[in-house]
Amino acid sequence: MFGKLSLSAIPFHEPIIMGTLLMVCLGGAALLGWVTYQRKWGYLWSEWFTTVDHKRIGIMYVILALVMLLRGFADAIMMRAQQAIASADAAGYLPPHHYDQIFTAHGVIMIFFVAMPFVVGLMNLVVPLQIGARDVAYPFLNSLSYWLTASGVVLVMLSMFVGDFAATGWLAYPPLSELKFSPTVGVDYYIWALQLSGLGTTLSGINFVVTILRMRTPGMKLMQMPVFTWTALVTNILIVAAFPVLTVALALLAADRYLDMHFFTNELGGNAMLYINLIWIWGHPEVYILILPAFGAFSEIVATFSGKPLFGYKSMVYATAGIGVLSFLVWLHHFFTMGSGADVNAFFGITTMIISVPTGVKLFNWLFTMYRGRIRFTLPMMWTVAFMVTFTIGGMTGVLMAVPGADFVLHNSLFLIAHFHNVIIGGVLFGMFAAVNYWFPKAFGFKLEERWGKASFWCWVVGFYMAFMPLYVLGLMGMTRRMNHYANPAWQPYLIVAAAGAGIIALGIGFMVLQFVVSIRNRAENRDLTGDPWGGRTLEWSTSSPAPFYNFAVLPQVEELDQFWADKEHKRAYRRQERYADIHMPRNTGVGVFMAAFGTVLGFAMIWHIWWLAVAGLLGMVGSFITRAYDTDVDYYVPGAEVEKIERARLIPQPGIDHVDPAKAGQKVA
Amino acid sequence: MSNVITADHGTVAHGHDEHHDDGSKTLLGFWIYLMSDCLIFSALFATFAALANATAGGPTGKELFDLPYVGGETLLLLVSSFTFGVAMLNMHAGKRNKVMAWLFITFLFGASFVAMEVHEFAHLINEGAGPSRSAFLSSYFTLVGTHGLHVTCGLIWIVVMMDMVRRFGLNDAVTRRLSCLSLFWHFLDVVWICVFTIVYLRGVL
Repeated sequence: MFGKLSLSAIPFHEPIIMGTLLMVCLGGAALLGWVTYQRKWGYLWSEWFTTVDHKRIGIMYVILALVMLLRGFADAIMMRAQQAIASADAAGYLPPHHYDQIFTAHGVIMIFFVAMPFVVGLMNLVVPLQIGARDVAYPFLNSLSYWLTASGVVLVMLSMFVGDFAATGWLAYPPLSELKFSPTVGVDYYIWALQLSGLGTTLSGINFVVTILRMRTPGMKLMQMPVFTWTALVTNILIVAAFPVLTVALALLAADRYLDMHFFTNELGGNAMLYINLIWIWGHPEVYILILPAFGAFSEIVATFSGKPLFGYKSMVYATAGIGVLSFLVWLHHFFTMGSGADVNAFFGITTMIISVPTGVKLFNWLFTMYRGRIRFTLPMMWTVAFMVTFTIGGMTGVLMAVPGADFVLHNSLFLIAHFHNVIIGGVLFGMFAAVNYWFPKAFGFKLEERWGKASFWCWVVGFYMAFMPLYVLGLMGMTRRMNHYANPAWQPYLIVAAAGAGIIALGIGFMVLQFVVSIRNRAENRDLTGDPWGGRTLEWSTSSPAPFYNFAVLPQVEELDQFWADKEHKRAYRRQERYADIHMPRNTGVGVFMAAFGTVLGFAMIWHIWWLAVAGLLGMVGSFITRAYDTDVDYYVPGAEVEKIERARLIPQPGIDHVDPAKAGQKVA
Repeated sequence: MSNVITADHGTVAHGHDEHHDDGSKTLLGFWIYLMSDCLIFSALFATFAALANATAGGPTGKELFDLPYVGGETLLLLVSSFTFGVAMLNMHAGKRNKVMAWLFITFLFGASFVAMEVHEFAHLINEGAGPSRSAFLSSYFTLVGTHGLHVTCGLIWIVVMMDMVRRFGLNDAVTRRLSCLSLFWHFLDVVWICVFTIVYLRGVL
């Protein structure tokens, strides 16, 4: 009746897990109780859960990412603490099986449920506003994508308390991840969580490619799109091209585990390296999927706060596209040690090094944008500068490992761990933090305050260097990754420093939470009444903050790059309309929520081999989708009179309200 | 096939809004989806190619495949693509009942294809050449089975569309969806040609 599921699946004997469960239950009960007390369920359901508004979906993505960042970071600090202690005779406090689950969960969560939702959320929030669209191409699909991502999150979180999680490392390499060596449900949680959220991501990718290609405001040519939109376009093309391969790799692993097939087993002709090739054909483009939107955000921020147009717009676009193409030609550098021979390794080593060329072009473009600019060191700009320094170091260690000979020594060592944290934290995460500080007023109508933000910034940057620079040294000293215990006492001092660094990052996270709390409390002081708090250049700043649900009362006309800047300069911006036309908008729908809920049931039932429930979940998913197809009442019109009322209520920026007078900001091109 | 994509789907009820979908947006998105699906098949073909000789002492394709039988399957699917084309011609001509009739005929051909495939699979498994026997057979069953699963989804979709044509007539939403389904159905035909060539013909050679 319940497949493999029984009460013994709950790890009652693990005090750490039970303590966490207790805290999650108490915290969850408090949250649910508070929402009930405030009578906010109806509001949450009708305004947020069922929304098809890309801005709200984007906000929900980012909130999901921030919450999961806390979970992923909790894993990180547990690992750092374990390694700081578990030297020589000391065993540390985490038993090996638990430790293995923690490093697996840390990687999976940080990539799939922090970085991805952050990036997708940001694109949701910004892209339609930047191209002057009223929504994405398929608003319902967008809601479904979000909730499928949430399904994956639910399964990963559930695995902590019901059963266990994979103990295989974040990519679940076979044969370790095969049933023979991982007989528990851990790998199944991994497979189904990623399949559900991966489906959501693929749908998002299709959605955004069509949105950017087909929904640009009248007049906007491709080469007049803001750079962030360009990076989003390339990222979404990469998503559509790469995620199907992940789907296949995981499906084949599932076939091995569920149907007794032999794709990657040790017996009967299975080939484990096939999985590793497939997973990295997805995996390498994935890192560019994450970093490109961050590059886009930095480009917008640098141009805005230097008061100049972005240096080398065209080269930025070509560099982005070039990185997109090259990202598919480097996957083998993740396993030079496979032994595919000198020629193959040399090919992939060289393609890897070539990627640093377009990346270098970007870096110089940002530097030249700042050169002779009138730089304002606001928080987004500080994150950008920290990124430029940190990412360059990470990039250089990457090029070092692209040399196959060097990689044979550094493979699987902490040097590698230091490298990819260097680029993912220093690149993606710093980029997302910069973007949050930059676009927050557009989403909520008030700016984030700077004092706690700066405290958080310095803790993050200092903590990052303290936590990861010792790892480079440890890698060169020969320490491999994922060690629960080590015998070499010479490593311990470095690991203690790294643990202290993680502690400083913890402070950074704490200050960030504080920054949000204080900003929300003092929002009256930081209100953005103009819609253009930074003196922005792109279309999203031409509408009010927060943007009205229809984004633009009248679709902007675009004839050049940075149209809004030019409009402000020539005093053409903020024109009142005589009358407003009706606006066509999609209606909210709960079908995405239902489909994802059935998907969660399907995943859970598959994990525990509860076949009847799996069939029910699948039927529910397909049934809700078909039901939706019969719904003809999916859109409506906002009457022009209502648009007029909303627009009349908006404060029109007067000369002088702008923080930067465009005329004075120095339009010189370096 | 190109006439399907560029076909004029008539004026949209509320055509004055710049962003109202006139169907072309949906079709572009569906094309992109098909490309991502195509990549799923590419990865499966690559897997099959890598494992084609990993028979682990078990039966090879040459011993297992019955080419005339598979030729029959192929014929069914190709004819179903033709009948779907006729249904689309009738859709553009606005002949609702004929659309339903041709969809039904397409369904019959598609269902016969799936039935033959299921029969073939059952036969192989009974002979001890099931997917657990070797990596080659795992990849064979997965590749061909994934295609069969797609055809099955297509059949469900055809049933839904027949009902929609009956209920709503050939309105914008229905013609848009029929165009997508048409793309999907022909796409599966193209994939099957690759399956027939790479799996069966190459296997028997």
